[in-house]
Amino acid sequence: MEKRVFFKGWLLPLLLIAPQILVSAVFFFYPAGQAVWQSLFIPDPFGLSMQYVGLGNFKYLLSDPYYRASFFTTGLFSILVTLVSMIPALFLAIVADRLIKGAGTYRTMLIWPYAVAPAIAGVLWLFMFNTRVGVVSWYLGNLGYDWNHVLNGSEAMGLVVVSSAWGRISYNFLFFFAALQSVPKSIVDAAAIDGARFWRRFWTIVLPLLSPTTFFLLVVNVVYAFFETFGVIHTITSGGPQQSTTILVYKVFADGFVGQDLGSSAAQSVILLVVVGALTVFQFKYIERRVHY
Amino acid sequence: MKKISIGALAVSSTLLSPIAAYAETEVHFWHAFTGRLGELVAAQVEDFNTSQDKYTVVQSHKGNYSETLNAGIAAFRAGEQPQILMVFEVGTATMMAAKGATRPVYEVMAASGAEFDQDAYIGAVKGYYTSTDGDMLSLPFNASTPVLWVNRDAFKAAGVDPDTDLSTWQNVDKTLTALKAGGSDCPLVTAWQSWIHLENFSAYHDVPFASKDNGFSGLDTELQVNGDAQIAHLTAMGQWAKDGKFIYTGRRNEGGANFRAGECALFTESSAGYAGIKSEAKFAFDVRPLPYWEGVGNAPQNTIIGGASLWVMEGHEEEEYKGAGEFLSYLSSSDVQAKWHQDTGYLPITAEASAATKASGFYEENVGTEVAVIQMTAKAPTANSNGLRLGSFDQIRGIIDEELEAIWSGDKSAKDAMDSVVTRGNPLLRRFEQANR
Repeated sequence: MEKRVFFKGWLLPLLLIAPQILVSAVFFFYPAGQAVWQSLFIPDPFGLSMQYVGLGNFKYLLSDPYYRASFFTTGLFSILVTLVSMIPALFLAIVADRLIKGAGTYRTMLIWPYAVAPAIAGVLWLFMFNTRVGVVSWYLGNLGYDWNHVLNGSEAMGLVVVSSAWGRISYNFLFFFAALQSVPKSIVDAAAIDGARFWRRFWTIVLPLLSPTTFFLLVVNVVYAFFETFGVIHTITSGGPQQSTTILVYKVFADGFVGQDLGSSAAQSVILLVVVGALTVFQFKYIERRVHY
Repeated sequence: MKKISIGALAVSSTLLSPIAAYAETEVHFWHAFTGRLGELVAAQVEDFNTSQDKYTVVQSHKGNYSETLNAGIAAFRAGEQPQILMVFEVGTATMMAAKGATRPVYEVMAASGAEFDQDAYIGAVKGYYTSTDGDMLSLPFNASTPVLWVNRDAFKAAGVDPDTDLSTWQNVDKTLTALKAGGSDCPLVTAWQSWIHLENFSAYHDVPFASKDNGFSGLDTELQVNGDAQIAHLTAMGQWAKDGKFIYTGRRNEGGANFRAGECALFTESSAGYAGIKSEAKFAFDVRPLPYWEGVGNAPQNTIIGGASLWVMEGHEEEEYKGAGEFLSYLSSSDVQAKWHQDTGYLPITAEASAATKASGFYEENVGTEVAVIQMTAKAPTANSNGLRLGSFDQIRGIIDEELEAIWSGDKSAKDAMDSVVTRGNPLLRRFEQANR
């Protein structure tokens, strides 16, 4: 049964939510509305004239095989970033949870990378893998592997995935660590007395209890990979080689701010808006059902 | 005592600075230069400001070329545009189409009463920024053209004669093979692949890059980069890439680092690479004309420019336009141009500045610096070698970069890649045409 609480009056509640509504209106509804409006036109860059094209921008985009390919690239990229940022985070959280001495220091150090902005993380990784002066590519070269993410699409994808996931591991680590702390010790101890070894306890007790956190992180990380990795892509590959790392958000930027094609860029924003809307609905349906408050 | 002096300072500074600012008309100038070039621009502005007391030019750096153009466009939409905006050659068609956002330079000059003779400017430079009626729409500022840079020490190390004839790609082909055989890990590297190996290649061989005179005579232009000459060249380069004779380093000028570090024997790069190479290279180098394929098209025709021009934006006071005109006139004066050309390796934009540089003996002291000037001006430009005027060109270059990468990695043949450039690029040209109808 849901409990509901009612308050008298309407002025105070309205006043209390007014700032949030105002912020949403100014920073979300107004620009989003503008994007929807602009997506129906082909404007010139300076805003001197506009040609109404109806859904022409959408037709143009969806008939472009490179735009459709960008969906696939985005999907692949998001799945990889999510996996690469969550699995090591879970592992580190388990290890840190078992630490007795110096846990605080480890935790602090594991959280550090989260403080690095994506664009800077991109530059750091780019430096290490630079085909000419990079430390890692030099070692790889000594091992007989010719690293060249400038021409090899898979290597470029690998590099942007690792760079995007790196700082994210810290974020996921925090959540997993907190969730692990809240796993009741008595259940784990009882299982241990019954003779269950570590992995069995992990699979049958700990992991199921972590599932709300895991689902939350899954969705949050996918959204991160979709929208917040722009800086990494821009600094490392600019979407290349060929189009192997052109994700949807990067294409919005490239078409709008490099190509000055604001109509197409606006239409892409609208499509992204629909995608993120669908993701949010998915998130609420799933998490609401799974999370036990 | 201390308090008093600080107070006095505050009073005097508030008293003095507004007087200085209000007495002169401010002209804002947004540009894309940092580092050494940024310093040189700042010095030019400073020099102009001290040379007269009616106008103050305020220069600000707004990021790289694309970012500067974006800043200008965004500012125009917000009504905060500067009087003078630097726009790279790729953005020329965008600016030309934006009637109502820009004020043609020839009009600004006529209204300001500043000295201005369009015929004084070098044809191949001016052509890029001139309307079909022959009126100059923006002032060429920094113009360069691609040349071939040679690391003489790398040639010697590989046992190849550094004075060997490199004027044709046929000879370069043989030389690359010899360099590779001699142990060179990087016989050839390039910067700005689309600009050098397609745009300039087409002009130099007098074959079209796009229909309608490369877009000069109409917005209904279509790409023609999949011609036989271009495909033959890119096929050869793809083979060199496969054989390890041509090393691909990136879409911009990343290859410059490899060349300046002495790793590469040959480098196709802008003549404006001179300042950097001269200060960093610890090896003997020289400059040769860009190679051409013997027997293809009318090669060698002339190469075209890259770089930027200065656009005057609409929406300001008449007095400010006078100031802008004075400043542009100062920038194209012979002394300023000759110094700029000698400091940077950019081309002189007036014949007078070119002659002044020659007379000063600069070319004898800095061998090879004249190559670019000769290469551009030896022949009168044809319809194929006037330049390019294509909308959405920054984006089309992005497509070209992607397809060239497909050739270098062996994923596509040169023909497939260039056909793909045409099928992907033409819709962008159509959208630009529609946006500017």
